[in-house]
Amino acid sequence: MSTETSLSGAELRAYLHGLPGVDQVGADERAARLATRSVKADAKAAAIDLAITMVDLTTLEGADTPGKVRALCAKAAQPDPADPSVPKVAAVCVYPDRVADAVDALRGTGIGVASVATAFPSGRAPMDAKLADTRAAVAAGASEIDMVIDRGAFLSGDYAKVYEEIVATKEACGDAHLKVIFETGELVTYDNVRRASWLAMRAGADFIKTSTGKVAPAATLPVTLVMLEAVRDYRAQTGRQVGVKPAGGIRTTKDAIKYLVLVNETAGPDWLTPDWFRLGASSLLNDLLMQRRRRATGAYADPDHFTLD
Amino acid sequence: MDFAYAPAPESRDVVDIRPSYGLFVDGAFTDGHGEPFKTIDPATEEPLAEIASADASDVDRAVAAARAAQEKVWGPMPGRERAKYLFRIARLVQERSRELAVLESIDNGKPIRESRDVDLPLVAAHFFYYAGWADKLEYAGLGPAPRPLGVAAQIIPWNFPLLMLAWKIAPALAGGNTVVLKPAETTPLTALAFADLCRQAELPPGVVNIVTGAGETGALLAAHPGVDKVAFTGSTAVGRSIARTLAGTGRRLTLELGGKAANIVFDDAALDQAVEGVVNGIFFNQGHVCCAGSRLLVQETVADEFLERLRARVSTLRVGDPLDKNTDVGAINSAAQLARIRELADAGEAEGARRWSPACELPSRGFWFAPTIFTGVAQSHRVAREEIFGPVLSVLTFRTPAEAVEKANNTPYGLSAGVWSEKGSRTLWVAQRLRAGVVWANTFNKFDPASPFGGYKESGYGREGGRHGLEAYLHV
Repeated sequence: MSTETSLSGAELRAYLHGLPGVDQVGADERAARLATRSVKADAKAAAIDLAITMVDLTTLEGADTPGKVRALCAKAAQPDPADPSVPKVAAVCVYPDRVADAVDALRGTGIGVASVATAFPSGRAPMDAKLADTRAAVAAGASEIDMVIDRGAFLSGDYAKVYEEIVATKEACGDAHLKVIFETGELVTYDNVRRASWLAMRAGADFIKTSTGKVAPAATLPVTLVMLEAVRDYRAQTGRQVGVKPAGGIRTTKDAIKYLVLVNETAGPDWLTPDWFRLGASSLLNDLLMQRRRRATGAYADPDHFTLD
Repeated sequence: MDFAYAPAPESRDVVDIRPSYGLFVDGAFTDGHGEPFKTIDPATEEPLAEIASADASDVDRAVAAARAAQEKVWGPMPGRERAKYLFRIARLVQERSRELAVLESIDNGKPIRESRDVDLPLVAAHFFYYAGWADKLEYAGLGPAPRPLGVAAQIIPWNFPLLMLAWKIAPALAGGNTVVLKPAETTPLTALAFADLCRQAELPPGVVNIVTGAGETGALLAAHPGVDKVAFTGSTAVGRSIARTLAGTGRRLTLELGGKAANIVFDDAALDQAVEGVVNGIFFNQGHVCCAGSRLLVQETVADEFLERLRARVSTLRVGDPLDKNTDVGAINSAAQLARIRELADAGEAEGARRWSPACELPSRGFWFAPTIFTGVAQSHRVAREEIFGPVLSVLTFRTPAEAVEKANNTPYGLSAGVWSEKGSRTLWVAQRLRAGVVWANTFNKFDPASPFGGYKESGYGREGGRHGLEAYLHV
């Protein structure tokens, strides 16, 4: 792990502002062009199954109950009860106080339990509270922590505060994997997305993630493109591989395949596994199942043939 | 995981290629009196159709038909009526865009992604744009009463067959001129499909005439005393000979010729997007682009890093079947062009430049050339001076902005250039000093019907597109 512990605010700022810029028009254009790739036949079948294994099946509502979480976990382990050949998803993502329910329901399935933490989604809480939030989730059995950065600190130029929070949260994670959420809809510019990516990777993030799903726009193709370029360059420079997770707004199989193409042609095939790429989503899974069954039977099944959990 | 995209070919069923085609004169397809020739699919070398060749009598006929239509119908017609026809043509191009895109890719070898997403939308846009001018000529800022020139002879190249046709025909017709157009010998099919589209639009006979043939037909047309204006896009050598022919005749001439554009990358550029722009600049349309960014000038401070990124990106280009929707680089248009590219690439190696291509499997039949990058190129090398018109990039380095400008301008051509920098003041400083008709900043190969396009020096004279393009077809 190549995290650095002593980095002054001035050094960090000079470093981040010294990164090559991102031309917005060019990045948008590249993402749009890759979105025209045509993935059909066997390639589509393989892409659908791969996308299913990459899903972080998510419920992040104030109304989440143990029952709701248990239902989601059942879906995660067996997405299509009518077809046992459907692979299971990567993880279930819940709030910290629902982690125990998910751990219980997923025992023995090999599916990860991810918990959002650090005063998700706004991140506007004292540091002690954020760390307590994280520790509670880890203690309850979360194998992955999805933290949010302090966007206020980032946008005011206090990169050191953001950096230190990530380092401290990483430490509180212990063996749990740390995903760092930027909320790119609040960072707005691609230059900011690139800076946040390098900041988080240098602070020890295992994954970088676009959004909470609570702010629009959530994940977009060009934002994910910029993050994929960052993890590619970071590995080339340091040897350490960091994963990427777009989250929010990915609802259709078509969308999911566009993301897979983006990964394939930007970071490369090494990232095309659930260890290095995840899709934060909920309704996406049923669309993947529907397309999968259409490939098998040649006809679209009624949506009620797929469970709503 | 290895994510191999399955073949995704666009269907050929949307096109109906006839076994043979005549000339389109005075609203009807007629026989030619020259020796017919075959047009082939450059991706497979399969013959597609037999094409009539126009001799002197055929060219006479076409010019006479254009003259009659100009004097009796098209010239006297109110602009708002001419506009209706142009709008109708634009809409028909959109309606038939899939067919025309597939036909273009089959006859030319360019990837369907480009003919579908670039060529055809621009063709329709040009007709829409100039349709809008047809009834507003007095307000174009070109004088109170602009008048048409008369009959225009238009000779177009094979790299963007239908798009070059649109660039030529749309402004001519908007201004009240009639045309005789000669498409390139290797790519006549979309022009002939356009002839059919003109009939569908019920364009009056003789307003658009299309004569096919080789260079001799083009020479007959350019030298014809019955035309008032010649517009040529193609090689500098042919452009020179046309200019000699027309000297002293009083006939108007615009020439859009070759280029050897520099893409200048400064060390403060947005590197990932600059890599994209350089790739798009030279590998778009297999490098068969007169304004292609065929010379990369990269600042030495980032040269190694930039080239590493560039090679990685070029390695992801998908070369192959032009009709596959995932193809990035298609076939070279002809055996002759392939021979020329090979000859110049070999010369580059012989002169000491380092040649690199990604590992890529080329089809066994047809005309193919792998994307190629030359590094260690000096200004004196042929690959830095001559237009290759193929997927070959020559990389040179520079140390200061002044040196970049000096090297960029040190070419007999002056069609286009690109500047990549996140610093606006530097971009403007450089752009002001570049002797090129078009300078793109942080992008490349962007075209718009409202924007004039044309060159300096041996890249030709006259502008196409925008109000300037209109002026080229009017007495003002």
